[in-house]
Amino acid sequence: MEVKRTKGVLKRIAGPVVTAVNLDAHMYDVVKVGDEQLMGEVIKIKGEDIIIQVYEDTSGIKPGEPVENTGLSLSVELGPGLLTSIYDGIQRPLEVLVEKMGDFIERGVTAPGLSHDKKWDFKPVVKTGDMVSPGTIIGEVQETNILHKVMVPPNVEAGKIKEIKSGSFTIDDIICTLDNGAEIAMMHKWPVRIPRPFTEKLNPDIPLITGQRILDGLFPIAKGGTAAIPGPFGSGKTVTQQALAKWSDAEIVVYIGCGERGNEMTEVLTEFPELEDPKTGKPLMERTVLIANTSNMPVAAREASVYTGITIAEYFRDMGYDVSLMADSTSRWAEAMREISSRLEEMPGEEGYPAYLAARLSEFYERAGRVHTLNKDYGSVTVIGAVSPPGGDFSEPVTQNTLRIVKCFWALDAKLSQRRHFPAINWLNSYSLYLDTLSQYYDEKVSPEWNPLRTWAMEVLQKEAELQEIVQLVGSDALPDEEQITIEVARMLREIFLQQNAFDAVDTYCDMTKQFDILKAIKFYSDQAYAALKTGVMTAQITGLKAKNDLPQIKYVKEYKPEIEGIVKAMESEFTKLREAA
Amino acid sequence: MKEYRTISQVAGPLVFVEKTEPVGYQELVNLVLADGTEKRGQVLDTSDEIVVVQVFETTTGIGKDTGVRFTGETIKMPVGKDMLGRILSGAGKPKDGGPDIVPEKRLEITGAAINPWARGSPRQFIQTGISTIDLTNTLVRGQKLPIFSGSGLPHNEIALQIARQAKVPGSDEEFAVVFAAMGITKEEENQFMAEFERTGALEHAVVFLNLADDPAVERIITPRLALTTAEYLAFELGYHVLVILTDMTNYCEALRQIGAAREEVPGRRGYPGYMYTDLASLYERAGIIKGKKGSVTQLSILTMPGDDITHPIPDLSGYITEGQIVVNRDLHRKGIYPPINVLPSLSRLMNLGIGKGFTREDHKKVSDQLYAGYAEGVDLRGLVAIVGKDALSERDRGFLEFAEMFENRFVRQGKDEDRTIDESLDLGWDLLKDIPEEQLVRIDRELIQKYHPKYRKKAE
Repeated sequence: MEVKRTKGVLKRIAGPVVTAVNLDAHMYDVVKVGDEQLMGEVIKIKGEDIIIQVYEDTSGIKPGEPVENTGLSLSVELGPGLLTSIYDGIQRPLEVLVEKMGDFIERGVTAPGLSHDKKWDFKPVVKTGDMVSPGTIIGEVQETNILHKVMVPPNVEAGKIKEIKSGSFTIDDIICTLDNGAEIAMMHKWPVRIPRPFTEKLNPDIPLITGQRILDGLFPIAKGGTAAIPGPFGSGKTVTQQALAKWSDAEIVVYIGCGERGNEMTEVLTEFPELEDPKTGKPLMERTVLIANTSNMPVAAREASVYTGITIAEYFRDMGYDVSLMADSTSRWAEAMREISSRLEEMPGEEGYPAYLAARLSEFYERAGRVHTLNKDYGSVTVIGAVSPPGGDFSEPVTQNTLRIVKCFWALDAKLSQRRHFPAINWLNSYSLYLDTLSQYYDEKVSPEWNPLRTWAMEVLQKEAELQEIVQLVGSDALPDEEQITIEVARMLREIFLQQNAFDAVDTYCDMTKQFDILKAIKFYSDQAYAALKTGVMTAQITGLKAKNDLPQIKYVKEYKPEIEGIVKAMESEFTKLREAA
Repeated sequence: MKEYRTISQVAGPLVFVEKTEPVGYQELVNLVLADGTEKRGQVLDTSDEIVVVQVFETTTGIGKDTGVRFTGETIKMPVGKDMLGRILSGAGKPKDGGPDIVPEKRLEITGAAINPWARGSPRQFIQTGISTIDLTNTLVRGQKLPIFSGSGLPHNEIALQIARQAKVPGSDEEFAVVFAAMGITKEEENQFMAEFERTGALEHAVVFLNLADDPAVERIITPRLALTTAEYLAFELGYHVLVILTDMTNYCEALRQIGAAREEVPGRRGYPGYMYTDLASLYERAGIIKGKKGSVTQLSILTMPGDDITHPIPDLSGYITEGQIVVNRDLHRKGIYPPINVLPSLSRLMNLGIGKGFTREDHKKVSDQLYAGYAEGVDLRGLVAIVGKDALSERDRGFLEFAEMFENRFVRQGKDEDRTIDESLDLGWDLLKDIPEEQLVRIDRELIQKYHPKYRKKAE
């Protein structure tokens, strides 16, 4: 057989795409480009030409410089040390990069994703002679307040444990050997473009509780589900994603800042370590992995960042955790694909995006899901992708291709945010296809009244939208009495239930019980109002009911139970008086 | 240095050179014409067979007899402290008759990305003296906030007023203005220069001028030179730098022109598919670095073709910048200066720099209330057109009146009127006092008790 040529030479450089010759390579092999050994990846093979996307700036690189094939695919390091880390798109820790090259991102610097010097306390949970197979949890490391479970890597063959150690080790130390000769360390590598294996995918029937009333209440997402947040700029997309990252009841959060603003990432970086996890009281950062590849960082690394993120998410899923992954924004990812595709001079599809855009998007979202892991635990990856449609036009290819895949659609609306209605999610355009699969959970865990209550609220809001068209023409006074009450109830739903202040310490997170109680109180008013109308009470008296004016304040009260009961009682007695007077 | 005479093709701003030694990507190129004049360019594509050079000036006079020299280095900008007060061309050459810049350093103009980990959080309030910015769309140090305008609107006046009045209350740190003009007319240049001289701002400024009749391709490097200078002043010398880039639309046109000359696959409306990344490489060069004294704040101006905010230029810009100030033609027609429409305007970093300890505790709530009230009033104008004013309820008439007052008293101000944030806030309260108190749902009772003119008078 011919000797493998692992070293070639550069032939052409045009931006982030370079061509090498005299090199043997496979698709997606990682290569070192030029004298400075910039990291790149093979993305096309055409005769003798090996076409490479480079993850760093290529200025000054000349034809004739060497190219070396590592023979490996782009992989991430998986092991203790991932949590609290902040990476760029190719898993280089940003903090280490600052130490190595200062405040600006220069090139040609490599940094491993995990610390290889730090020692972790490893406690085995299996013993010599036990049969283990890929995915079996063999031990635990207390990483932060999260227990990091060390697994047999998926690419190791099953066998009996010959030896397993206990104590303090680095991630490279062999902690376990199998009778088939396999040696296992706490860290293993996994190629980012290949989904990690699991036993089977399950139906998503448990909601991801986000503490956001409009989401949990009207458009819930399931654990292991997929959602898209499309919104024009300035409609609060990032704030919504950050609220989800902060408050959703996932155990691990992976946040990918893909081609977004540097200052916004700084906000995340300064805010997350200060924020407390509402369940554990520990800093949120302890359960978070951040990937920050801002818009001016190399475009090829942006393309990779999404894969890096989801691979890390899958790794935690395999330990049996519920993981939520936020990608902000998938449009920037698609644009990175477009940019690279156009440098490759590929035949473009719609609006210059490559023809494989839809395939890439669906492959990515398909990596979400609630699964039975190889270790027979339950774990999930919920994917919430932001989409930034140019000009707010939802008919563009990225939004359209995303909508065909995802099951939840939270339509952000610039009009609402201009009115300072937050979260600016439009309740008429949004939808969730998980309502049916989740209804049983709500029946059992919240209240049997929940599902009818939700349907009622949606009906009122829908009815209001129709009435608004008339109001626009004739003014609200011209409406019949009953419909004026509908308008009033809808206003309460909007202002009390749907509007939520992310900057208020209490209102930023609203649990299911409180959501239920607020909704029930509004429904109570509504029922009483229609009943009073029938007994001849004036509309103005009903809409001007004093007791209901205190209801909005409930949102900002932590121990709200006595207060809301008081308000309901006050409403009841005021209605009784009105009815008696009429 | 070796000189090649192997030009095989010239197309628009691009020159194709054959049979060269290995040439680096983005290398600076000197072209020597037959008559001895020199032009500069940059390598866009390099391979064994052919090198594509983008020329920064017109390609007039370039032919097969033109000599091409590859300098072996990427474009660098000589920077030094004595740049302050200087006027340079769009390519960085002195234009004021003064000597060449004495370089203390030579910096790459492409500029590396600031590591997000190294960034500091921008939270220092900049008072511009314009109520619609200070109160409702607050600018903070290290922010990039563009002005979205249209042809014929007074965006230049607004930019100048901001440059003139911008200060951090209670601080006398060293500040500088870096001004980069791309494709503006001579008249506009005169307007800017006269103003800089009148106010003495020139001493603290570095001016880069690429005028409408200067080569379009030069516009590609002008903002990069300006930002490199700004970063040097900010992060090496500790200045607080305000960068004004005008007009970004001309920059994008130049980008499209080069894309077309290279026969690239175009994206939306013929603009290159990489325009987002390219714009980001400019806009993202703003911010604060932890442990460094200075800051770069960016105020770029772009004219929206056809006043269309969904046009690719404002659209992509809006996705990168931290908000936008939208200049509105209707307000301008009403004779209101500055015609800033607060409804589509936004400052994303506002919440970081306002409130107790920064401006005043009631800032956020007053801003929200003004927004909500104005939005409601503007909506009602549509209704009035159909049913007439008399058909409105008393409440609605109140909001209609409020929107009118908001435009005439709050938005409108003089070109030299420099309102402090306290003045703007008090003006806001003065407008809100005409709205019935129970309608002020965005402000909590405590603040109403403290700041509402009704209670304040009593207290005094």
